[in-house]
Amino acid sequence: MLLVEQFTLLIPLFPLLAFAIIVLFTRNNNRLSSWVALIGIIAALAVSLGVFFEALAEGPELAQNPFYSAPIVWYPFGTATLNFGWLVDPIGSVMLFMVPTVCLMIFIYSTSYMKHSHVDEHGHHVSEDDPRYARFFAYISLFAAAMLLLVISSNLLQFFIAWEIMGFCSYALIGFWSFRGLKEHHIDDAQVGRARAAGIKAFLTTRVGDVLLMTGIIFLFITVGNLDFTQMFNPEGLNNMLLGEPPIGALQWPTLIALLIFGGTIGKSAQFPLHVWLPDAMEGPTPVSALIHAATMVSAGIFLVIRMFPLFVFDAQSGGFSMQVVAVVGAFTAIFAATMGLAQSDIKRVLAFSTISQLGYMLAALGIGAFVAGSFHLITHAFFKALLFLAAGAVLHATGTNDMFKMGGLWRKMPITFITFMIGALSLMGIFPFAGFWSKDEILLESLREGWFHGGAVALAQFVYILLAIAAFLTALYTGRQIFLTFFGKPRDEHAYEHAHESPASMWVPLAILATFTTFLGLWNAPFISAFFHFVGEGGLVGLAQPFEHAPFDDLANISVYVSLAIALSGFLTAYFIYGFRPVAAGQADPLARLGIIWRVLANKYWLDELYGYKINLDGTAQPGLLLRFVGALSRASYWFDRNIVDGLVNLAGWIGRMLARVNGWIDRNIVDGLVNTTGSVTGEIAGWWRLMQTGNVQNYALLAAAGAMAFAILFLLRSFT
Amino acid sequence: MITTIPLVYYLTISAALFCLGLFGALARRNAIAVLMGIELMLNAVNINLVAFWRYGSPDPIGDQSGIVFALFVITLAAAEAAVGLALVIAIYRSRDTVNVEEIDLLKW
Amino acid sequence: MDVIGIISQLVFFLIAALTLAAGLATVLLRNVFHAGLALVGTFFGVAALYLMLEAEFLAVVQILIYIGAIAVLILFAIMLTRSLMKNEDSNINKQWAWVATVIVILFVGLFILILQVPWQHSGTAVYTDLVPHLGTALLTTYLLPFEIVSVLLLAALIGAFIIARE
Repeated sequence: MLLVEQFTLLIPLFPLLAFAIIVLFTRNNNRLSSWVALIGIIAALAVSLGVFFEALAEGPELAQNPFYSAPIVWYPFGTATLNFGWLVDPIGSVMLFMVPTVCLMIFIYSTSYMKHSHVDEHGHHVSEDDPRYARFFAYISLFAAAMLLLVISSNLLQFFIAWEIMGFCSYALIGFWSFRGLKEHHIDDAQVGRARAAGIKAFLTTRVGDVLLMTGIIFLFITVGNLDFTQMFNPEGLNNMLLGEPPIGALQWPTLIALLIFGGTIGKSAQFPLHVWLPDAMEGPTPVSALIHAATMVSAGIFLVIRMFPLFVFDAQSGGFSMQVVAVVGAFTAIFAATMGLAQSDIKRVLAFSTISQLGYMLAALGIGAFVAGSFHLITHAFFKALLFLAAGAVLHATGTNDMFKMGGLWRKMPITFITFMIGALSLMGIFPFAGFWSKDEILLESLREGWFHGGAVALAQFVYILLAIAAFLTALYTGRQIFLTFFGKPRDEHAYEHAHESPASMWVPLAILATFTTFLGLWNAPFISAFFHFVGEGGLVGLAQPFEHAPFDDLANISVYVSLAIALSGFLTAYFIYGFRPVAAGQADPLARLGIIWRVLANKYWLDELYGYKINLDGTAQPGLLLRFVGALSRASYWFDRNIVDGLVNLAGWIGRMLARVNGWIDRNIVDGLVNTTGSVTGEIAGWWRLMQTGNVQNYALLAAAGAMAFAILFLLRSFT
Repeated sequence: MITTIPLVYYLTISAALFCLGLFGALARRNAIAVLMGIELMLNAVNINLVAFWRYGSPDPIGDQSGIVFALFVITLAAAEAAVGLALVIAIYRSRDTVNVEEIDLLKW
Repeated sequence: MDVIGIISQLVFFLIAALTLAAGLATVLLRNVFHAGLALVGTFFGVAALYLMLEAEFLAVVQILIYIGAIAVLILFAIMLTRSLMKNEDSNINKQWAWVATVIVILFVGLFILILQVPWQHSGTAVYTDLVPHLGTALLTTYLLPFEIVSVLLLAALIGAFIIARE
């Protein structure tokens, strides 16, 4: 029987091929390039869906018996071999459903979004392609290829390679507008400067995490001896890790490696303290923000934790604390980012903080062992956050600004965008019956149950629950604020309002599709259906044979649902009272600014950019934070030390050597050479006289020989006679 | 006859002839004359050999080594004359001279 | 001393004088051709001395080889190269005085030596035919040197031919 599964490797290959074709052949033709990219992603989606449905047919057994093959021998080591191939387990198959779907929606959306309208000299509205239109599609195709490769990776190193390619794409796309041609009216110099700085900031910040991740991979390979997901977590290998000498104090190997790998997640998924790059990454085009910085790349960090989940579980079982770290970092980031999201005026930045916050939710869920809830939130979040970003993109595409205080009342102008944005926002807030409600409630329920009702109090889960509940309130608050500022009230900027119009079909159709998913996807794991849980959770994981426990749909669940809803609604109502009841007028400051010092802290993002990040200003300039300045000063001091003291010593040594050499040279030239020359010239002189003896006359020689012989003969005779 | 002429006479003749030959070999300019001097020296040696055979040998009939040596010397003289004259002619051809003083390839 | 002794001594001195005179002429005559002729005379004198020493075979060989072959060869060579030596100022080179000194000393030394040594005369008379014994000795005792010297002669002839060839 021909199984679609066998073509899994083709999935990343199609977008990669599209990338190659665009770069090599069609880059001068914008339409054709976008079509190539679309065909690439559609082909990938087709195969992905085939694999996904095949996986669904297999059911939970797939977890212990995944679609797996690693036929490509990449690098044979002494005992191990690095093989490339594919691995599709239930959660991987769900990712295979989510990633190309979202990608396709965003690709379609981009075909229109990457056009800019402006008023030409005759007063007509002209729509022009972005000058780097084809390049944009090449980059996002490459990105899609990398993301899909990451999802199907059978091997942690393969995973890491895809991870790094995504890092590059992210960098290139954040800085997509980091330079400006003569005819590019849609961006200004400040934007160019910001894009440039933001790209570098994103790349370097995630690099910190990537280095940790790479170190973790190296340690993992040293201790376990294998990087293949199917073989990495065998009990022997894991137990081997415990045998070795603990690397740092009481920190055991599994904890260290898990934490190092989690370091990669912190960087990629923008968790505290490496979250600083994500808000600035909003300088990229909105489809990029939706695709990379909301739906896929940042969730790759979560996916990494999912893939390495057996390691975390093993560490927890052997007394390590890596899962607690994951939970605490996730929960703290969830509330921390939500507070900052409250004080942003940029519509995309609010969503960026929201993304950070939601990613924190997922990690908190994984950290307390609520694997399925975290995974499900990963999927639903990808859909509704992509939807929100695309809708926000439609708004700013229409108004030409991303400052919410220059919007207002837009629901009349852009009804479809408004409705779809509302669906996404309600889902984000966790309002019934949208997808976010189901997944977020699941996380809250799990932490609630774990914290108080699962055989005793667990402080960690209680902490997580409380933080997440507050974060849920804040989420509803900042989302409500966003809705009221953007779509309701009176227009605060007439020009932007006049300019606004409903998006073309190629933009709103993807919105509608994503909104549909957002509306109904939650039912997949609704308590009374639990198909998602059945599929993803019941078989356990690759490398983790025990199935996840399915919580009963009991009174606690009911109560939790009401509590969650109440929290969300109260947040939304608070937003209404602040922003909706009396709409903010043009030129009026944000009502929350009355909080004073707290507001300033939030609006300035706790001054973390100034502390250790890289502060990017609106005008396109940027200053390094204190830490960077300190490092810079340290570098300069080292440089000075190197230049003046180390080099000085070296130069001194060199100077002494040169002087010695000079003395040596003098001795050599005048004394040694003198002796040699004297010997030579004396010999030459003597030879000059002596050679005159050589007359060349044979008779001369013969005479001398005869005389000599005679002299000897006489000598002997005289001796014999006396 | 043998008793009337002492050995010393022959030896003296030989010595004189040898000295004449040596003079010719060392003092003549003409290469052929040099060769002639050498022939004289060889003859002088032969006289010595034969004289010693005749006077010195206890058995002049049974042991004729003096004669035999003289024969070999004559043979060698013939060979030497042939090669030497060939050389002289070759040099004459190449350098247009048989003057030994001008043939100074060994000069510094 | 009987008459034969006196006659033989007279003959000896005659031969000796002739030989030495011819030898002197050989080394001193300006004309090389004349010197060559004088050389022939010397060879004759030496041959006569061999006869005096009762080495008749050797005397014949001397005449055959030296005069018949070598001297003729030398005369031919002289004739081939003679044109060059016509205008020579001297046939004696610049070092002749040194050479003369050396040979005078040499002769005096040799003469003293000859007189000093107490020569022993075996004094046996030989009146038999020596040639068969000589032939036997050449082909028995001296076979190897005989063969080697013939090879040498052959090599010399070939070498002379090759060197003198145009």
